[in-house]
Amino acid sequence: MTARTVLTIAGLTLREAARRRVVWALLALTVVLLALSAWGFSKLVGLDTEFGTMTSGEARLVASLLLNLIMFGLSLIAAIGTAFLAGPTLAGELESGQALVLLARPVRRSSVLLGKWLGLVAFGSGYVVLAGLAQILVVGATVGYWPPAPATGLALLAAETVVLLTLALLLSSVVSTMASGIVAVGLFGATWVAGVVGGIGGALGNEGVESVGTVSRVLLPTDGLWRGAMNAFQDPIALVQMGPGEGGFPFLSEAALSPAYLAWAAVWIAMVWGLTALSFSRRDA
Amino acid sequence: MSTAGPSAVAGPDDVAVRAAAQLVRDLPPAPALWCDGLRKRYGRRTAVDGVSLSVGRGEVVGLLGPNGAGKTTVIKMLLGLVRPDAGEVMVLGRPGSDPAARARVGYLPELFRYQPWLTAAEVLELHVRLSGADVPAVERHGCLELVGLAARAGDRVGGFSKGMQQRLGLAVALVARPELVVLDEPTSALDPLGRADVRDVVLSLKERGVAVLLNSHLIGEVERVCDRVVVLDRGTVAASGTLAELLGRREVRLHLGSVGPEGQARLAAAGPLEREGAWFTVGLPAEDDGTTVPDLVADLVALGVRVHAVEPTRISLEERLLGILRANSGDGRP
Repeated sequence: MTARTVLTIAGLTLREAARRRVVWALLALTVVLLALSAWGFSKLVGLDTEFGTMTSGEARLVASLLLNLIMFGLSLIAAIGTAFLAGPTLAGELESGQALVLLARPVRRSSVLLGKWLGLVAFGSGYVVLAGLAQILVVGATVGYWPPAPATGLALLAAETVVLLTLALLLSSVVSTMASGIVAVGLFGATWVAGVVGGIGGALGNEGVESVGTVSRVLLPTDGLWRGAMNAFQDPIALVQMGPGEGGFPFLSEAALSPAYLAWAAVWIAMVWGLTALSFSRRDA
Repeated sequence: MSTAGPSAVAGPDDVAVRAAAQLVRDLPPAPALWCDGLRKRYGRRTAVDGVSLSVGRGEVVGLLGPNGAGKTTVIKMLLGLVRPDAGEVMVLGRPGSDPAARARVGYLPELFRYQPWLTAAEVLELHVRLSGADVPAVERHGCLELVGLAARAGDRVGGFSKGMQQRLGLAVALVARPELVVLDEPTSALDPLGRADVRDVVLSLKERGVAVLLNSHLIGEVERVCDRVVVLDRGTVAASGTLAELLGRREVRLHLGSVGPEGQARLAAAGPLEREGAWFTVGLPAEDDGTTVPDLVADLVALGVRVHAVEPTRISLEERLLGILRANSGDGRP
């Protein structure tokens, strides 16, 4: 009974995503981004700069940086998309009355929540993985650059999306429709900025400033996972070439993620999910 | 002894268990819906205060009361949508806190909205799956036909008018072969034709032995279809009973001429008497077997009274409801 509820609601969530215009706009945006990047990358090889023509090695280095930049764009699109899909679900559907008839069926609220979460996870991570893979292929075809660990990178991008949509679901169970999407995306951006600030602090050797990034990465693991993904996408030579002072540069990451951090991200997701289930099950419809 | 013991002891035990099982089987089925002492506060305002009611199997019960009486809150607590602060709920013989209790329950909420990106047929399919029932497509389509939406089965709900969405809501409430249907203001968005349709649907549910809890502002609707009525006022049950119990007193109005003292006495003997000129109003007993009025008229004629008109009247549920609410509020309400 519970498994059927979860699968039915997950399927419903995916169908909603597929039938809403917003989602098709998202896909169109992605295709435009991919096409533009393909055009840009194809111009990169043999580019005339004031230092002379770029060698293929230099082009690969720049491609590695640009790939991270575009991946960041993709993760941002996924973040905004899923946050705004997740935002109206719990509180919004209760307010509009849409949830009343569903919850009056023989279903547990936690099963409904799990179904929604799984549907959003499938949609969000599916989007990130497919769009990211397409981007990697574009870069591979145009510049010949292939990231060192594409699978790990895509998985971490997907994990970043899962973290954010879990947060958006929690917010949507306590605050109203629009607010939850905006707050989730805002926190996502704030954590990223805090990460950049922390990186600059690290580069300058200021521990106080550096800890800003560290603390924010623990509170909301999106930026930490993003840094892990960047590390998997970038050319290892890039770090060496940029030299030890690169820490401030937002589209390079110094180290791969530690297993402990990955475990923390998993615990974080479980905790926030549990809180959402608790808040949703106690809420009056 | 030690080898014979267990079987010798098991024998009578077995019999007792079987007898107990038989006893349980023979018990009348639990009410479709039962609640006791339901209480709900929103902040400092008490919305529902100690409401107890029950809906028997196959019984149609009307829930009446003014706006803000707590009717919808009571319904939501019965269906597990709102957590009661106190009180117990049983749905089809199971505790209301168990979601499985709602497997055979259909619900049309007051505030209804269905997934606008689904078609009408898909909404029904979704609800059948969630209820765990196995309802073939033909039967689901029959449900849409019943509410007049068969031609729109493949259209997205987003394009439906409010009235059509309410009809769809009725189909959703009926589709999973319910044993109990809860309708909260089922005709709020419907035209008179739609209202008549809803009435027919409720009557056919009654025929099939499906219990119905009907919350409606339209007293005439309730009066026509309900076996019993529960009147809520300011979060408490102000009155409840069968229509006959609630409307108990019936009256007959007579237009008479040449009424002498004997005629007057005969009228007074029939029941409580009121006079307005030549019009006499006599209250009739609730358990009237249909002879009171003919006997009275025959006796009056025999006494030389000239009978111009005899009009049976009945206190409408509306008048009774207003009476109950006014009595309940005392002077507190305008």
